[in-house]
Amino acid sequence: MMPDLGKYALEVNGSYVLSLMVLGVITGLYVKRSRAVRRALAELEAAQDA
Amino acid sequence: MNSTPIASTLSDRFWRLANPKIFMGWSSKLLPWIAAAALASLCSGLIWGYFFTPDDMRQGSTVKIIYLHVPAALMAINGYLLMFVGALVWLIRRQHVSVLAAKAAAPVGMVMTLIALATGAIWGQPMWGTYWVWDPRLTSFLILFLFYVGYIALWAAIEDEDTAADLTSVLAIVGAVFAMLSRYAVLFWNQGLHQGTTVTMADGAKQENISDVFFQPLLLSMAGFGLLFLTLLLIGTRTEVRARRLKVLQARERIE
Amino acid sequence: MIQLFLRDIGLSVRSGGGFGLALIFFLIVVTLIPFALGPDQAALAVIAPGVLWLGALLACLLSLDRIFGLDFEDGTLDLLATSPLPLESVYVAKASAHWLTTGLPLSLAAPVLGVLLNLDYETGKILCLSLLLGTPALSLIGAFGASLTLGVKRGGLLLSLLVLPLYVPSLIFGAQAVRLAGQALDYDVALVLLSAISLGAAAILPFASGAALRINLR
Repeated sequence: MMPDLGKYALEVNGSYVLSLMVLGVITGLYVKRSRAVRRALAELEAAQDA
Repeated sequence: MNSTPIASTLSDRFWRLANPKIFMGWSSKLLPWIAAAALASLCSGLIWGYFFTPDDMRQGSTVKIIYLHVPAALMAINGYLLMFVGALVWLIRRQHVSVLAAKAAAPVGMVMTLIALATGAIWGQPMWGTYWVWDPRLTSFLILFLFYVGYIALWAAIEDEDTAADLTSVLAIVGAVFAMLSRYAVLFWNQGLHQGTTVTMADGAKQENISDVFFQPLLLSMAGFGLLFLTLLLIGTRTEVRARRLKVLQARERIE
Repeated sequence: MIQLFLRDIGLSVRSGGGFGLALIFFLIVVTLIPFALGPDQAALAVIAPGVLWLGALLACLLSLDRIFGLDFEDGTLDLLATSPLPLESVYVAKASAHWLTTGLPLSLAAPVLGVLLNLDYETGKILCLSLLLGTPALSLIGAFGASLTLGVKRGGLLLSLLVLPLYVPSLIFGAQAVRLAGQALDYDVALVLLSAISLGAAAILPFASGAALRINLR
């Protein structure tokens, strides 16, 4: 199933792992911040409407 | 009865989409689809490229890095283009959503530049023998990375939102001009030393009459990266729009 | 505008004005290089163009925040903003004063310091010329950066971060011109491009800086 990457296995796998990790991190950060701001806004709006 | 004129021209209707409330409306509907499409194309492109493509004669299996490097590089440049347009629109029309989109695009663009740099260096290592060579393209990306960092740093350093938007937009525009200048400078600098130097990895791959075998998964991967960029851009801009509203409400609280 | 120009020059030359600071920094950097890289004369001659250009560039960075900073703090800049002199001209006057007190002395000192790095006379002449053509861009770009970071407290580091990428084209062409001259190759193209950057900067940055100053003085 795994392709025979020969002597460049480290380079190729390293690139994929690194890139996917970085993409995962930035996506996670964006989603996290989105949720936090949305929550804070909802709370404040509820408090001000009350 | 209706005192406001109906927005009839195409331009008016287009600009209405950038109105914060309306933006939040259409972006929330669009987001799940874009995100799903991003996941689908990215996964399929990378899986196809990683598992189901042959090795290159010269580069061996390192050619598989192309499915990361080329799309990331494209997005790195697109990111800056987007920032440039957003900055321009802000300076001309004071459209908040567009400058907030530019602000949201910057970290993503920076990350894409990083990936392009890292994969480019790793890809080059077996070919060049070292991790870094002042190849024109990689050097241009290093400079681009520094531009991104500066833009983000300036946003962070200024407290007043509108002032920050103004100054970062001026920076983005001047930066874009210099980024293009740098591109040509670096080309000159590198070619000036070795005439007809080795072609960069991406050019090399494209020049080798890149067959469909390589090209189709590459297209998918590019689409995947592009849609991911769009997803993050939408999420980020929505966050910034909300954050801005939050600040307004917090200020109102303090006054009352 | 001439008055502003002369005033800034006077301010920087006076004690505490930082006039000699750039030159001394330049000297120190150039002196440190052989200690760091070894005294091999041939090797030094090879890296001399780059080192000297880089040293001049970094020395320029030192005094950038003074361009607008002092006047901003004591309110003079606000006064200037209300005067009939447009902020674009204020920028040009101040950037020119910076060049005269920093870029110009550095350009003239460079060939002399080049001796420390085994730079020959002919190449030294081109070094001086390239710096004379390139340092205006450094002052102009630096002043632009200063106008952006005006309101930022302790913005020196941010200023360097913003300005250094913008310096890259000038550095590339400037150092390259000197390298080519050292190898007895044709360096005209590099010098022309270097001058083009300085001229281009002079053409567009006044408007960008004027806008930035106006934004910061609101």
